[in-house]
Amino acid sequence: MCLALPARIVEIHSDDSATVSLGGVRKQVSTALIEEPAVGDYVIVHVGYALSRLDPAEAERTLALLAALDRPAREQEPEQEDAAA
Amino acid sequence: MRYVDEYRDGALASRAAAAIAAEADPGRHYALMEFCGGHTHAICRYGIEDLLPPNVSMIHGPGCPVCVLPIGRLDMAIELAMRPEVILCTYGDMMRVPGRDRTSLMKAKAGGADIRMVYGSGDALRVARDNPGREVVFFAIGFETTAPTTAVALVQAAALNLRNFSVFANHVLTPSAIQAILDSPEVTATGTVRVDGFIGPGHVSTIIGSAPYERFARDYRRPIVVSGFEPLDIMQSVLMLVRQLNEGRCEVENQFSRAVSRDGNGKAQALVERVFELRDSFEWRGLGTIPDSALQIREEFADWDAERRWQLRYVPVADNRACSCAQILRGAKKPLDCAIFGTACTPENPMGSCMVSPEGSCAAYYLYGRWRDIPQQAKAG
Repeated sequence: MCLALPARIVEIHSDDSATVSLGGVRKQVSTALIEEPAVGDYVIVHVGYALSRLDPAEAERTLALLAALDRPAREQEPEQEDAAA
Repeated sequence: MRYVDEYRDGALASRAAAAIAAEADPGRHYALMEFCGGHTHAICRYGIEDLLPPNVSMIHGPGCPVCVLPIGRLDMAIELAMRPEVILCTYGDMMRVPGRDRTSLMKAKAGGADIRMVYGSGDALRVARDNPGREVVFFAIGFETTAPTTAVALVQAAALNLRNFSVFANHVLTPSAIQAILDSPEVTATGTVRVDGFIGPGHVSTIIGSAPYERFARDYRRPIVVSGFEPLDIMQSVLMLVRQLNEGRCEVENQFSRAVSRDGNGKAQALVERVFELRDSFEWRGLGTIPDSALQIREEFADWDAERRWQLRYVPVADNRACSCAQILRGAKKPLDCAIFGTACTPENPMGSCMVSPEGSCAAYYLYGRWRDIPQQAKAG
């Protein structure tokens, strides 16, 4: 029951709800817990409610930190299979 | 899917694994507890323990709302569901948890009770509007993540004056459980459970923020990293904890900064504050009775409180004696240490709550890791 997923808002409705799209699947969820939702926002959806907005800049920063880790030695060696081919 | 796929990149995961292996001091052990059942599930599903060096181990914590709900509270829900006028709406995870005398909501439903699985409180509200002649009760469980969603439904029911809707509230609080773990005799007196640092809950923290954990970092000298749920999130959080421990720092760090802030979701917090107040005490499976650790519905919304409407009384029930759920929830045992794991107790026929919910440690081990500890016979052959 703790599963929550990031989904994109594609339509805002008048009754504190919005339609979100998740990999093409559309669902109407409540936006009663977030301030001023807008089309194009990514939100974390849990039990039919948007819990919080996703910050694209922070998401990039997290990935950049991971990408900055040193490459392990085995990744840096030339691929043996390629040499054989 | 955006914000999912990029955090499941195998090449980046192997880099993170190499960084953890390089930075973990071979002369010491790192015992890290992931509090949240969602993290437990991800760790087992993606084989993260196999990516960590042998001196970095994960201990599974009590952060699974289905698992920590004591049998007596489930019995109250079953008792409600058996009333002919009641439709009980529940999260699907609760359906197969064994109650007293091996009953369950599933068996009550098979016996004729009108029990409906819903996705959330909003669906329960709809059932109430569609069935004006029936009493619709929402069986509300969960940590701070689901509490505001229950609050929204209560505020809406009051606004609509929907008299045939009520809530059986069982919401519990994460900081209380972390405190119970840190104060438990296994950690403090006997030292049988060692927790050097915590992977903090992600979805709970979208609501409460990362600030509530700061006192644990300060008073108990334990680093905490609030983490997302994808495999790369967890790998990065482990690396951040290893670095904190290496440097002797005890801080709250936020790996899940794309969704979590220090102060959390103010709108959701205000709703919870308006609808709920602290219970004097609440019994948790595995952790015992903890003061100020759960929420009850305020007087203003008493008309929508199922406990008041039916004068429900809580009767504590002892766990099945063969079942080790209580010790597993405290991190004192691993699922494979339980005598009935995978034999008498399986996801198809669960004896204890940890085998029911996908976030339960036992279910996660059964699904993804029950052969992990068995030496590879084929290699030896």
